[in-house]
Amino acid sequence: MTAISLRGARLSYGDRVLWDGLDLDVEPGEFLAVLGPNGSGKTSLMKVLLGLQPLSSGTVMVTGGNRAIGYIPQQRALEVSMTLRGRDLVGLGLDGHRWGFGLRNRRERRIRVDAAIASVGATRYADEPIGVLSGGEQQRLRVAQALVGDPTVLLCDEPLLSLDLANQRVVSELIDKRRREANTAVLFVTHELNPVLPLVDRVLYLVNGRFRIGTPDEVMNSRTLSELYRTPVEVVRVRDQILVVGAGACEEQTHHLTAEAAS
Amino acid sequence: MTIFDLLELDFVQSALVAAAVLALVAGVLGPLIVTRKMAFAVHGTSELAFTGGAAALLLGISVGYGSLIGSVAAALLLGLLSRRDSDRDSVIGAILAFGLGMGVLMFALYKGRAVNKLSLLVGQIIGVDSTDVWLLVVASIAVLAVLAFIYRPLFFASVDPDVAIARGVPVRALSIVFALLVGVATALSVQVVGALLVLALMITPAAAAMRVTASPVRATALSVVFAEVAAVGGILLSLQPGLPVSAMVTAVSFVIYLACRGIGAVQRRTA
Repeated sequence: MTAISLRGARLSYGDRVLWDGLDLDVEPGEFLAVLGPNGSGKTSLMKVLLGLQPLSSGTVMVTGGNRAIGYIPQQRALEVSMTLRGRDLVGLGLDGHRWGFGLRNRRERRIRVDAAIASVGATRYADEPIGVLSGGEQQRLRVAQALVGDPTVLLCDEPLLSLDLANQRVVSELIDKRRREANTAVLFVTHELNPVLPLVDRVLYLVNGRFRIGTPDEVMNSRTLSELYRTPVEVVRVRDQILVVGAGACEEQTHHLTAEAAS
Repeated sequence: MTIFDLLELDFVQSALVAAAVLALVAGVLGPLIVTRKMAFAVHGTSELAFTGGAAALLLGISVGYGSLIGSVAAALLLGLLSRRDSDRDSVIGAILAFGLGMGVLMFALYKGRAVNKLSLLVGQIIGVDSTDVWLLVVASIAVLAVLAFIYRPLFFASVDPDVAIARGVPVRALSIVFALLVGVATALSVQVVGALLVLALMITPAAAAMRVTASPVRATALSVVFAEVAAVGGILLSLQPGLPVSAMVTAVSFVIYLACRGIGAVQRRTA
């Protein structure tokens, strides 16, 4: 049984078509990277899967529905004075959407929250104010927050953005571990493919209403990307990194990738 | 009269009960208000409670109802007009200024006793009678009951809106409901400490509590304790020397705030 299924999906705002005729099946345990320039509809795709944005036409199905989705957002600076500990953030991922105070089953709740925190190696700082933690520590807790509800699908919205290379590796390995151990499907929206390239099974590349789905080798080559961008694009492999050169809309990515290849 | 003689007076007892009930509501709402950065919104809401109260004076109806209508209308307006955080401040500023202006106009037209006007601004808890206390208790129970029901998703939406939205929490509807609860609580506070001093009960105790703990539950408990000490303690301190209640309430609450800032600074240095 597929984890995510889109059939003939179309999303448009007025005359602007973000994507059309999108057929996509993501299998349990599969790691799908979603790439594309800003405004290509990556975030909108997330919203559709979360049930926050209706499709213009076509169908969308997520096994288990919204409750079965774990969501990992970008790391964002949190205020130092925020009255919140990592433990509280993770707990909200478990039952924050439910009505009432939640005074029942405190013991069981605590066991699940502790287990999720331990699984990302965040036990040491789970009781610290979240605002004083580093970006990497916060993002580990974000992973725990997404996993504590035992999701069948993980939606990751640029979770590595603004992390250093070491923390990028830690966070992406935590996500990879989860999908291997629990067969969770991963849909990973990103500007940079390289930090997760070894994990990626397939790529969905969106550009100006056009898209390609396939393995990294099938999509990340000069011919396919030139067709997508409708301008000559050069894709170069350097060691185990992919460099994309020439796509105007892709400047950000090129910049990142060259900086990374140099390091 | 000694303080014990004073405590036997009916109106003093009514005042103490009213203050204790109010402090409970304000103390529970406070941490959410501070987390949602709504201190200025509370101030704006209380100014419109003042406008409503002034209109009620002029029309000859109960000031309590007038301020309730004023602050609930304000809460709804603020909730509906400021859809984005970025323009919330300016929307509040604009509504607040207009509301205050209208209040001043109604004061000018009102020909009754001047002391009624003053009590709207700086509070007149000693004037609270037992029917007012009942209204206060019932309204407070209603506010706390609604809050208990929406507490978890509201807290989620307040500290982590992006993920809350992703998890299907109705963030926008909750913010309007919360604005309404704050509106009702503000209107109730106006009767005790007056429009100008509502922040002393709604914001200061929570801000103090949040300086010394990062646990949301402990912060709420402390905020309630601080609000109770400020409200009840402020009244007791004002009785014997016959000083204004609101001056004492704000003073106690501010001293607690300063102490918590000090403790918080020490905690951070030793951590």
